[in-house]
Amino acid sequence: MSDITVGIVVFPGSNCDHDTEHAVASFPGIRPVMLWHNDHNLQGAKAIILPGGFSYGDYLRAGSIARFSPVMKEVIEFAGKGFPVLGICNGFQVLLESGLLEGALSRNRDKKFLCSKTCIRAVNGSTIFTSLYPEDEVLSIPIAHGEGNYFAPPEVIESLEEHEQIVFKYTDAEGKITEEANPNGSLKNIAGIVNRQGNVLGLMPHPERASEKLLGSLDGRGLFESLFLHIAEV
Amino acid sequence: MPYIAKIKVTLRQSILDVQGKAVDHALKNLGYRGVESARIGKYIEVTINETEFAEAERIGNEISLKLLSNPVMENYSLELEQVK
Repeated sequence: MSDITVGIVVFPGSNCDHDTEHAVASFPGIRPVMLWHNDHNLQGAKAIILPGGFSYGDYLRAGSIARFSPVMKEVIEFAGKGFPVLGICNGFQVLLESGLLEGALSRNRDKKFLCSKTCIRAVNGSTIFTSLYPEDEVLSIPIAHGEGNYFAPPEVIESLEEHEQIVFKYTDAEGKITEEANPNGSLKNIAGIVNRQGNVLGLMPHPERASEKLLGSLDGRGLFESLFLHIAEV
Repeated sequence: MPYIAKIKVTLRQSILDVQGKAVDHALKNLGYRGVESARIGKYIEVTINETEFAEAERIGNEISLKLLSNPVMENYSLELEQVK
C-alpha cells in the first residue's frame, strides 16, 4: 500500500513547518508534503495541517493576510468537502480569520509572549483528532504565543458548548479546569475547538513539540495518530 | 481625482486591550494623575483610484470588513478625503 499524503502549508513566516513535517514523518505509512502558500494544488493530500509561526510577520492581525493566500482557497474547499484540516497556533489563527472556525484570538491577558509547558485535556474525546485521548488524561503540550486569548460572543460560546465543539481546555496538573491554569485569559480555558462538522480543528498548544521522547513529552502524538487512523480508514 | 480612505481600527470595549493598559500604566508612572485610560488601535490609509465618492466609500467599507478589521473583536471608522 502506498503512503498516505498529508499536506503541510508553508506561508512566508511559518516557522513550525519543519517541526511538524518531522513529527508527521515519524508515523509509518504517512508522507508529509510541503505546500507553498502560492500553490493551487494540494497534491493529493488526505489531510492538511496549517503550522505555527508568524505568517506574513503577523502584520495587521495574526493570520489575517495568510487567510487570503492562494492555497487557502483550496484549503477552504477541501474543508468544505469534509476532509480534515488541523491548525496549530498560527494555523489556528488562520482558521479563525478564514471563517472555518468561529471566534478570534486576541493578545494574552498578561501582555506576555508565553513559551512554556502547559497541561491540557481533550474534553471531547470523540472527534477524529482526539479519539485516542481518554477525556480525563492530562496532556503536557507546550504553548508558544502572544495572541492566544480565545474570545467569542456569548451566543457563539453557547453554541460551541451545545454542539461539543470545545475540544481542548487548559487545566492544572491534576486536570482541573481552573482560572489559575488558564495561561492567556481564554474564555472557558479554551485551548482548541472544532467546527460543527467535526473535520476542522484549531488549537494553540503545539502537539508537534511533544511528539518525541527527546523533547520531554510524547503527549502530542495521540492527536496525529488519531487523525492518521481516521484518514487511513476513510 | 482619487480618494484617500482613512481607516481607524479599534478593539471593541469588551476586549481587553493589553497594549493600551501598558501605556496607561506608563503614563500614570510618569505622574499624569489626570490620565483615565489609554487604548491603542490602528490607523490605515488606502489610496483608492475612484472618482465617484459612493464607489470609493463602498470599497472602503468592503476592505475594512474583509481584511483591515476583524469584526469579532474590532470596530472600524472610515473617512474619505479626495486628493487635491
